[in-house]
Amino acid sequence: MLLGPSLALSAVLFALGMLGVLVRRNAIVVFMCVELMLNAVNLALVALSQLHGPSGQLMVFFVMTVAAAEAAVGLAIILAIFRHVQSVDLKQFNLLKG
Amino acid sequence: MTAVTIVFWIFAAWAVVSALLCITRENPVASALWLVSTMFALAGIFVLLNAEFIAAIQVLVYAGAVMVLFLFVIMLLNVDAVPTEWKRWPGWVLAVGVAGVLVAELVTLRAYSPERLAREVSTMPDSLAIPAYVFPGTIASGPDPRGVVGTLAEPLFQAYLIPFEITSVLLLAAVIGAVVLAKKRL
Repeated sequence: MLLGPSLALSAVLFALGMLGVLVRRNAIVVFMCVELMLNAVNLALVALSQLHGPSGQLMVFFVMTVAAAEAAVGLAIILAIFRHVQSVDLKQFNLLKG
Repeated sequence: MTAVTIVFWIFAAWAVVSALLCITRENPVASALWLVSTMFALAGIFVLLNAEFIAAIQVLVYAGAVMVLFLFVIMLLNVDAVPTEWKRWPGWVLAVGVAGVLVAELVTLRAYSPERLAREVSTMPDSLAIPAYVFPGTIASGPDPRGVVGTLAEPLFQAYLIPFEITSVLLLAAVIGAVVLAKKRL
């Protein structure tokens, strides 16, 4: 059983994704790092589904659906903001700032 | 060390190196391609974990559809890399702190064996335990006679039928939302 190593790899990938979200300023790259974090969680769910039967894999199925929807809407939002500020730099994304 | 373990570590190293390159490349296209590489490595690991269907979906939906969407938007926007790409030190302190907490969590995880986890789950109160009809509650062993897809399809279309239908509404909402948001004039 590869449960322990899989969970360790999942934690490392999640940490890397979070690092990317926190240190990058390109909105699209930040978005890709969120996808990386979702993938890390998927890995943990699949690893645990080895132990508990198929419900973990079903959760992964739903996570992927939500991730696809989130990517479509998120990229549309980035596109709309890009039209406003002509940039994908998160520093420029301050429309909601008072 | 069995062959499976060796292959696992090869894929794991591949995934971590690709993820590192993904978060450090200045060019968003290079970043996206390294993320695709990470996803392929994860698909390989899913196969090793007896989740062949999820591995196929991972390649088709994630590495295929979602990443094509990302690349499409990157090319549509036609932006050069953000001039000062990296955040300044407060972001770094926070990032390294959070990564440190996660690594500490990883170290505590090493104390768990599958047997200990199974024992703790079996002593959970009934309200927290996962319904018994989804899986028999014992450690899954050996290939299922229903095949790879059958094992997933049965609970998906019985116990999880309502969530499954709700995801279709979610996807419809996302499609409409994306079209409306990306339109030139709101």
